[in-house]
Amino acid sequence: METFYHALKVAPGTCIGCTHCMSLCPTRAIRVVRGMAVIDKNACVDCGMCLKSCPRQAIYVAQDDFNQIFQYKYRVVILPTVLFGQFAEEVTEDQIFAELHDMGFTHVIEAAQAYGVLAKATRRYMQKHAYLRPFISAFCPAIVRLIQVRFPALLEHILPLKQGMDLAAIYARRKFTAEGVAPGDIGIFYVTPCAAKIAAIKSPVGEDRSDVDGVINLDFLYNKIQLGLSRHRDNPLPPVPEQTYLSPDAIAWTLSEGEASNFEGRCLAIDGIHNVSDILEKIENDELLDIDYLELRACSHSCPGGTLTVNNRFLTIERLRKRMQGVTDNPRTCPNDIAGDEEYLIANGRLHEEIPPRSIDQLDENFVTAMQKMEKINRIMEVLPRIDCGACGTPSCHTLARDVVQGKAKLSQCVFMQKLLCRESLMTAEESMELSEQTWGEKRFEQ
Amino acid sequence: MNFSYHIEGGNFSRAGIASSEVKKILKQLNVNPTAIKRVVVALYEAEVNVVAHAYEGDVHVDISPEGVTVVVDDRGPGIPDIPLAMQEGYSTASPEVREMGFGAGMGLPNMQKNCDELSIESEVGKGTRVTMKTRFNA
Repeated sequence: METFYHALKVAPGTCIGCTHCMSLCPTRAIRVVRGMAVIDKNACVDCGMCLKSCPRQAIYVAQDDFNQIFQYKYRVVILPTVLFGQFAEEVTEDQIFAELHDMGFTHVIEAAQAYGVLAKATRRYMQKHAYLRPFISAFCPAIVRLIQVRFPALLEHILPLKQGMDLAAIYARRKFTAEGVAPGDIGIFYVTPCAAKIAAIKSPVGEDRSDVDGVINLDFLYNKIQLGLSRHRDNPLPPVPEQTYLSPDAIAWTLSEGEASNFEGRCLAIDGIHNVSDILEKIENDELLDIDYLELRACSHSCPGGTLTVNNRFLTIERLRKRMQGVTDNPRTCPNDIAGDEEYLIANGRLHEEIPPRSIDQLDENFVTAMQKMEKINRIMEVLPRIDCGACGTPSCHTLARDVVQGKAKLSQCVFMQKLLCRESLMTAEESMELSEQTWGEKRFEQ
Repeated sequence: MNFSYHIEGGNFSRAGIASSEVKKILKQLNVNPTAIKRVVVALYEAEVNVVAHAYEGDVHVDISPEGVTVVVDDRGPGIPDIPLAMQEGYSTASPEVREMGFGAGMGLPNMQKNCDELSIESEVGKGTRVTMKTRFNA
């Protein structure tokens, strides 16, 4: 099986295998082995629930070296709307733009500039392919991956359209190439509010390579901007006349309801990956009919709740709403050039390849073997305590039974089973200890 | 392989539990998504029928490499005229049930559409037994 790039990593020295992440993971991708969380690459959808649930900050998001931007002459940074929501109100957008130039970027583009084009492309696609209702937005890469692994029957409903970040990158590359810049001199970087967008850039779904060259984590960039702001407090940077006009709709796109409110018909906006799973179950069962458009986001409150955001998500939303109001009160005159390239972007904004299923549910390719395995799981379930304590290093009794049948775990990992075996003199205290060490690591028992 | 589920009459919040469980099982068995959907849709309709019309019922699911046989047995009023009940749009659901978005008279026709063999036996005043067979490679 091919492997998938994931940005979420576990820090060996810091993780104590506390199981918080393991019980919250929506695809049950995490096990505790030798006292440390291990993430299954085939099941992980990069939603970042593990990172958010970790009480020790032992889960982190890997990132590219910032200095890679200097390999390029044209250093373009694409910003997510939520970046501005990270700052206190007194920090102006102009200051942020100026800081980005000061740290080395030559051009700043907001991904939101492309949302008008995306809305139009979406409307056209939906009109042409009405038989594929309900349409599922491809906005959130964690949701696309969730559908691949858990709801493969719904893949055909995903809108095969590139998102704002990609459209902005295509636009920038085209623009500078037309100005005579050598393609090798253009480096395009996306500032990501979450791990899922990194995965979408490093191992894109539905296309062979991303239009973006590299990723910068939002929390890292936030610190860099803050540092610059305090350094330039007494000596402010000159403003950069680069900010383009963004409509309130474009600013709202990454907020909950921001997409759904653009389209006709019955459009639902769902955020939070467990809520999304519930809705997808219903769609899959045909319990919910007559839905036209589904805006599905993995994080609570969508991107303001992203794994790499710094500010409280309610405050982020407040700041973005104020920005929307500001646009209405005092519109900027600098035009949004991306709109001028609309037809080119729509024509080049389709995903080239189909989104493949990656089902993690099946027990075996072969039906009869799968059925035998299921019968074994059911037999094992009869002896397990069904309290889902996690002490075996798997998230639930059922997962342990499944892992046992798949040859990935031993039934005796269960502490109840160990007690029973000890009572019947089928296991010694030393053997039981050894098993516990395999799950929790030797250090755990060293006091 | 056999599975059984109990259905409580009148409890709409629990309608769909059996079909969700069966879906989970069929996914694990690597059954093709089209067949899964047919089984799940037909069973869901049958569950809603029990909840809407009967006092209680039991679902028995038998899964084999060829396909799925679902038997839904209920204790309830029974169906006096089965051919009439099979007509699209025909419904005896109460206004309360309709208010909840059920009772459009599409249940039995939908079940027929989504399985390969449907048989209904019913005794008025006692209950109804619905048997549905869906083949995986139909």
